[in-house]
Amino acid sequence: MRKIFWIIWKDLAIELRSREVTGAMVLFALMVLVIFAFSFLRPGEKLPPEMIPGVIWVTVAFAGMLGLNHAFLPEKQNDTLTGLILAPVSKSAIYLGKVGTHFLFLLLVEIIALPLFFIFFNIQMQGSVLYLVPVLFFGTAGFSGLGVFLSALSVHTKSNELLLPVILFPLLIPLLLGGVKATGIVFNASWADPVWVGAYWSWLRLMAVFDIIFFTLSLVLIDYVLEV
Amino acid sequence: MIRGENISLKLGEKTILRDISLVVDPGEFVVLLGPNGAGKSTLLKVLALILKPTSGRVIHKYQGSDREEDIKRKIGFLSHRSFLYERLTAWENLEFYGKLYQVADLTRRAEEILEQVGLSYYCHDPVYTYSRGMVQRLSLARLLLHNPEMLFLDEPFTGLDQKGGEILTETIKVLHEQGKTMLMVTHYFDRGVDLAGRILVLNKGSKVFDGKLTSSDLRDIQEFYRAQVETE
Repeated sequence: MRKIFWIIWKDLAIELRSREVTGAMVLFALMVLVIFAFSFLRPGEKLPPEMIPGVIWVTVAFAGMLGLNHAFLPEKQNDTLTGLILAPVSKSAIYLGKVGTHFLFLLLVEIIALPLFFIFFNIQMQGSVLYLVPVLFFGTAGFSGLGVFLSALSVHTKSNELLLPVILFPLLIPLLLGGVKATGIVFNASWADPVWVGAYWSWLRLMAVFDIIFFTLSLVLIDYVLEV
Repeated sequence: MIRGENISLKLGEKTILRDISLVVDPGEFVVLLGPNGAGKSTLLKVLALILKPTSGRVIHKYQGSDREEDIKRKIGFLSHRSFLYERLTAWENLEFYGKLYQVADLTRRAEEILEQVGLSYYCHDPVYTYSRGMVQRLSLARLLLHNPEMLFLDEPFTGLDQKGGEILTETIKVLHEQGKTMLMVTHYFDRGVDLAGRILVLNKGSKVFDGKLTSSDLRDIQEFYRAQVETE
């Protein structure tokens, strides 16, 4: 557990100096929001409610994708990945450290972008904002978990940055579907209606099951994937 | 002690190592020689548990536990790639690796080792500001930080200037005298090879010679090596 923390500490210390990854992710998220705001809104109008989840999850997915390209690629410089594998650290700990870092980066993007999203699109919610927290948590954790695993898988390929989205997005469909549906319910549905509340928990369960399955698979397979 | 039993490694259709067996006893200093592409660095990585062989096995025996994590704590690996994070300072790099290796009294040990490699004054500068020689000295500090028993040196002299080479040769000599077990891949016959008690020659993935050095004269060693490679 401590070694996972130290891997996250190392990545955060490097990021604090360069701000390359989080800078690009936040800027990209803001750009997406601004473009959507200009495209979908006329002065004084509100965003059609059915478009809200789409805007949120496109922003999260694209910003997250930028961060994934930097999960393992910098470890090739000076062959530090071999340094990590050589150290008395399990490959699962290396994987979980990288997932932790990407999760924190994406969380930062969400913390910055969501308030701006409410301001830009003049949003009023039907449900409490607290209902959005577990949706974003499971969505971000699943995205980071699967994304970092596939990033490790593609790190030794020549066209890493092109290959990653091609293999990642089809696998993410159930998670994004659950995220979009649950977010739609949080923003638009009546929380007095037990049918909608039931639907919300069903989508959330789907996301949780997705996370459990892919985290388990990743932890089992990472030993083979992280062969230098 | 390391024992490699019938180690073979294939990458796709290509055979990198063919049925290599060897035993390296504690305190022994073995030099791995061979032309480019002979599989020397790959064999070193297999023996250092970085790569898994396609067939055969590698057994490390040290005092204490046989858990892989405990074995890895006894291993040090120095390559011409530094394994260092350029955005971090020398101190932070050592702190990071020290935490992973669970080095006792890390602050004191890091100070001591930085002093030893002559980088104390620059220890709070980021590594990207370092010259090639300084980077290699810091790599040496990273290697020695956790006081490994078994040292793997993969082309450690590559890119070093005359002075850096001399410092490294001297360090290797001291480590050898301390009784560390060492396996070194090199092309530089004039640096460290004469210290080795045994040479192992690889060619096209196979072991073509494994034996004691009968002469410490560099010219004899070079002639002997050439004869081994050319007869294949």
